[in-house]
Amino acid sequence: MSSQMSEQIADTAPFGHAKHIRSWGNWTALVLLVLGAVVMLFPLVILALNAFKTTEDYNMTGPLSFPAHMSLEGVISFWNTTDFPMKFANSLLISLVVSVVGVLLSVLNSFALGIGRVKGNTVILLFIMLANMVPQEALLYPLYIMFKAIGLYNTQWSMIIIFTIIQSAYGTYLLSAVYGTFPQAILEASTVDGASRWQTLLRIVLPISWPTISVLFVFFFIWTWNEYMIPMAFLMSDSVQTVPLALATMQGQHTMAATDLAAAALLSIIPTIVFFVFFQRKLSQGIVAGSVK
Amino acid sequence: MSLNKDHGAFVHSRLPGSRPSRFVPYLLPGLIGIFAIVIVPIGWNVYLSFTRWRGVGPTRWIGGKNWRRLMSDKTFWVSFSHSLWIIVAIVVIPTILGLLISSALTDVIQKKFGPRTSSSLRALYYLPQVLPVAVATIIMGWIFRPEDGAVNDLLAKVGLSSLQQNWLGSAKTALPVLMIILIWIQLGYPIVIFMSGLQRVDPELYEAASLDGANWWQKFRVVTLPSIVPELLVVVLTSTIGALKTFAPVFLLTKGGPGTSTMVPSYYSYNQFFQIQQVGYGAAISTALTVVIIIFSIAFTAIQKHVEKHMD
Repeated sequence: MSSQMSEQIADTAPFGHAKHIRSWGNWTALVLLVLGAVVMLFPLVILALNAFKTTEDYNMTGPLSFPAHMSLEGVISFWNTTDFPMKFANSLLISLVVSVVGVLLSVLNSFALGIGRVKGNTVILLFIMLANMVPQEALLYPLYIMFKAIGLYNTQWSMIIIFTIIQSAYGTYLLSAVYGTFPQAILEASTVDGASRWQTLLRIVLPISWPTISVLFVFFFIWTWNEYMIPMAFLMSDSVQTVPLALATMQGQHTMAATDLAAAALLSIIPTIVFFVFFQRKLSQGIVAGSVK
Repeated sequence: MSLNKDHGAFVHSRLPGSRPSRFVPYLLPGLIGIFAIVIVPIGWNVYLSFTRWRGVGPTRWIGGKNWRRLMSDKTFWVSFSHSLWIIVAIVVIPTILGLLISSALTDVIQKKFGPRTSSSLRALYYLPQVLPVAVATIIMGWIFRPEDGAVNDLLAKVGLSSLQQNWLGSAKTALPVLMIILIWIQLGYPIVIFMSGLQRVDPELYEAASLDGANWWQKFRVVTLPSIVPELLVVVLTSTIGALKTFAPVFLLTKGGPGTSTMVPSYYSYNQFFQIQQVGYGAAISTALTVVIIIFSIAFTAIQKHVEKHMD
């Protein structure tokens, strides 16, 4: 009866046709949502508008007008004074190593916890959950003392070590749940074929869980790239700082002209936006899979 | 007999023929790392909260003195009361707006104007989320610049010069403006998560509700809301933790000021650690924050389990 009814509905209002019947309400919703998106985009548009203005132009006409003529002054000055390529290289090095090693550790941990069911795995997972909840402020000062003591304070290595571990705690939490439900039949088949633990991990578990792993990789990269508090407390010298730190340092000097700051901010977000465009699909999968963070 | 029982209780690995202990080498590097970088510092920080230390020289054990001071420290309690406002800005408002926007995008835009339109709009709302928080914050601070910022200029252009403010520099407006900035940064997060949850909903449910003459609000209440309860709980949990940890926006824009009008716990502890070298007291503040977050997470997870059970 009900299937008959839905067939009837399908007949009278085929889906493709319904799409084109747009009520006033539909249009209102669209207009409101577009307006909302404009508001969201407004700061970035204004920023881009002023990044290419001269300071005189800005002082004359304010932030809301189009530039009288294009000027790369601000961009070039930020590029040179902060040595942008170096900051970019620092951010890239830190984020890349953290995401590769962080994923590696997550996989090894999760293999032992989720598939190996190492003794005490629930207690270990509890500690790992704790590690994920703790605010970085509670680790900050002891880490500061530790890294000063071993001479790695004010180096990229300090960031690589700290964030590899912090991200791997999250990765382990997520991935060990995935491995806990890994199809038993596949694992058994692998043993029957005479594969060792290591071979099973490499040839069976890794390829099958690759979608989750790649999402973790993208997220570890972005999170590390975006970190602020610990890098700010640890990276004192200009030569080891990251892109967000370079911008923050610049903004801290209060005399900065509005256009120079706009240009600097615009340059700082370009790598992130490029990354966003490239990995948009992976990102939206990941936010959903990993919405525990 | 009892020996047998013990063997029965022994946990096997999921890989036949491999005893769990054989997996220990896989776990060691990661576990040692987490122990050294997370567990030891937490314990150390708790220890420091019972000492007086200027960051150099001898550490002096002073028992619960920092903690007693904390209990009667006005700034500490003010900072936590600001956390509540930040929760409004990061959890309450974005979640409500996110529910409305995501359901409109899924239920109206995706169906009537195509999935392209809806996913482009979603990307625009999500954009501030991918920017480094520090950079997003600086951009918004720039928009609210007191002398020549875009907001003040806009007010002048529409003839409302009298409303111009030193937005982040006056005690009355600093916290509300900070909240606006945080809403802008946060909004995309619930939208993306809710939209993915809504893809699960059977379209026929909406069709059926429409046939019953349900209006948009009724469909929202009866179909949309109940079907994304799991996502709703995740968003509330994760963003509340994020709100309690808020640091960069305060540090970069207001340094807790003017006065203590935007002071938050995480910046307060940072300030004690690095700006006035009261390491013990800073440790007490950050430990207190940790305790609050852990209690909240445990309580919330219990609620979450209860709700999910109830739903099944």
